[in-house]
Amino acid sequence: MKKVFGYPESLTPSPTHYCPGCTHGIIHRMVARALDELGLRERAVGIAPVGCSVLAYNYFNCDMYEAAHGRAPAVATGAKRCRPELIVFTYQGDGDLASIGTAEIIHAANRGEKFTTIFVNNAIYGMTGGQMAPTTMPGQITTTCPFGRDPGHEGYPIRVVELLRTLRTPAYLARVAVHEPLYVIQAQDAIREAFRLQAEGVCFSLIEVLSICPTNWGLTAKEANKWLAENMIPYYELGVFKRPEAEAAPALVGAGSGEGA
Amino acid sequence: MGKVLMKGCEAIGEAAIRAGCRNFFGYPITPQTEVPEYLAKRFPEVGGEFVQAESEVAAINMLYGGAGTGKRVLTTSSSPGISLMAEGVSYIAACHLPVVMVNIVRAGPGLGGILPAQSDYLQATKGHGHGDYKLVVLAPSSVQEAVELIYEAFELADHYRTPVMVMGDGMIGQMMEPVDFPPQRELDELPAKPWAITGAKGRAPNIINSLYLKEDACHANNVALKKKYDEIVKKEKRWEAYACRGEKLDALVVAYGTMARICKTAADELKSEDKKKIGVFRPISLWPFPYEALAKEAMKAKRILVVEMSMGQMLEDVKLAVLGKRPIDFYGLTGGLVPSPDDVTRELRKILD
Amino acid sequence: MPKIVVDRQRCKGCERCLEACPQGVISMSDTLNEKGYFFAVPSQQPRCLGCQLCAINCPDVAIEVFVHGTQFQFFHA
Repeated sequence: MKKVFGYPESLTPSPTHYCPGCTHGIIHRMVARALDELGLRERAVGIAPVGCSVLAYNYFNCDMYEAAHGRAPAVATGAKRCRPELIVFTYQGDGDLASIGTAEIIHAANRGEKFTTIFVNNAIYGMTGGQMAPTTMPGQITTTCPFGRDPGHEGYPIRVVELLRTLRTPAYLARVAVHEPLYVIQAQDAIREAFRLQAEGVCFSLIEVLSICPTNWGLTAKEANKWLAENMIPYYELGVFKRPEAEAAPALVGAGSGEGA
Repeated sequence: MGKVLMKGCEAIGEAAIRAGCRNFFGYPITPQTEVPEYLAKRFPEVGGEFVQAESEVAAINMLYGGAGTGKRVLTTSSSPGISLMAEGVSYIAACHLPVVMVNIVRAGPGLGGILPAQSDYLQATKGHGHGDYKLVVLAPSSVQEAVELIYEAFELADHYRTPVMVMGDGMIGQMMEPVDFPPQRELDELPAKPWAITGAKGRAPNIINSLYLKEDACHANNVALKKKYDEIVKKEKRWEAYACRGEKLDALVVAYGTMARICKTAADELKSEDKKKIGVFRPISLWPFPYEALAKEAMKAKRILVVEMSMGQMLEDVKLAVLGKRPIDFYGLTGGLVPSPDDVTRELRKILD
Repeated sequence: MPKIVVDRQRCKGCERCLEACPQGVISMSDTLNEKGYFFAVPSQQPRCLGCQLCAINCPDVAIEVFVHGTQFQFFHA
């Protein structure tokens, strides 16, 4: 018998603390498989955020940091600038990256730091018990918008990939989802591509992964998958939003390009 | 290389290079911006990597990431920027990471002013960020001493695996003085760091982390830090006792940084003009503070005058050293005002007769 | 004949594998694992195609998939 699906070397044997059905585990596995397949584990260093995945330093079988809330991209910058041979990745949630850490991710991307960010968007603060995040959907009920997010008061959810796409610096930006196997397979390809680009020193890469939070959404894992498909995917468009080579010949503003900067 | 006439900020940058630092992360803020400017120009000549961060919050976290790889890393800033770095320094200390940071102090609080001051003493020595941790704080009183303390700060940081701050008032950064640089440290002779993030090849992964959800583990980390700080307190106190020889002093002035130089001038004047014996006690390590040494000199004096470019911060440590055994007077100007020798002699004469 | 092996102690009973399996191979146990979860069980093992969808959909890497060497590998994950 041949094993066609096994445990990645880049994950430690430790069971995870994530809630039953939470897709953090799938995302961890995909990152680990990408490191295995590209043979990068022994050069890799991951940077865990503050959030549900704060304990990721127990789960990835490579050197790890745990960063202050929102600062993982700065920590990654420091590590990569000091040891460029390292394969550096940050693993961050939406509270970490899209709220307190917005400046760090925007400027790291804009400087073109050659690391990879795995941005897990589950539209809520998980670890602290279900508060509104910048990515919380309009009308979505959380402990800090108990009557549903009101765009008139709390604005609309932030689309990070589109936000970063406006930066001129070359990058690989994609948004994927992990609520069903087909999407997981596509997400694995995007994550592998991001690490490949880093390994070849091409550009900064960020993969936004739409993920579920059964516990704080108040749904079973199955219902949560359905909620993600019906509510998040229409708003957070999936796909590759930017490739490094796409910016090779920038359209001159006002040169009749029409497309503009 | 012999003596070079150099501005404090630039000398600090060159001293870091001599100490084997090749990674800087900082942000512009007067009056220390010439350090990043200097290194932005100089680092390429020595294979250094200069990064201007988007904020001091980012800069200190870049320092955390860089220090974690075992490289010698530096950040420099000034008062408001140092405030923004508080959380990051707490993480750095909790993770036992060696870093060197420089505060060229400007007038506060708030946006304050850009002129020299010493109003960050308590921030640096008593409580910058959250939690039980300490910063080794060294206070130069000349550009030459700043260079030497930077050079030594990297050794201390690596030896004790702790953050070290060199704190100079604005003048230290902005003065030009002749400087003699220590020899270049060979990069491959820097201390080994098996704990560093270099890629888990042929070893178990290294983890740089300060989260301890289990209370006994978190307590244990605090005990480990305390053990280190006790050793630093025992071994790393530095001070200068100027004109304190003999058993009797008419008065002892306590001041640090450039303020101490001004007080020496005043002490010399009173010695020649008023035939008074005035000693000047200058702490060089603000933490660990030289309490015992100060107490010894203080007992020789009838009166003690503390002079600072603040509203009285080191004053509290002087009181701790003297424990009420001698009357302590204070004279301070801040906001960018700098007490002159005449101010100090006037204040001394007031308490002497 | 392909088969899956479920690590019953890692399984948290989220049933994602059960939903993903096109052949209805998987059902939940009626006994608890050490952490008190009902775990996944390949109760209809002979129906397994070796398609790996269960393992792909598992958040806890609790499922390993084995196929015969000659089994043409349709699925690449």
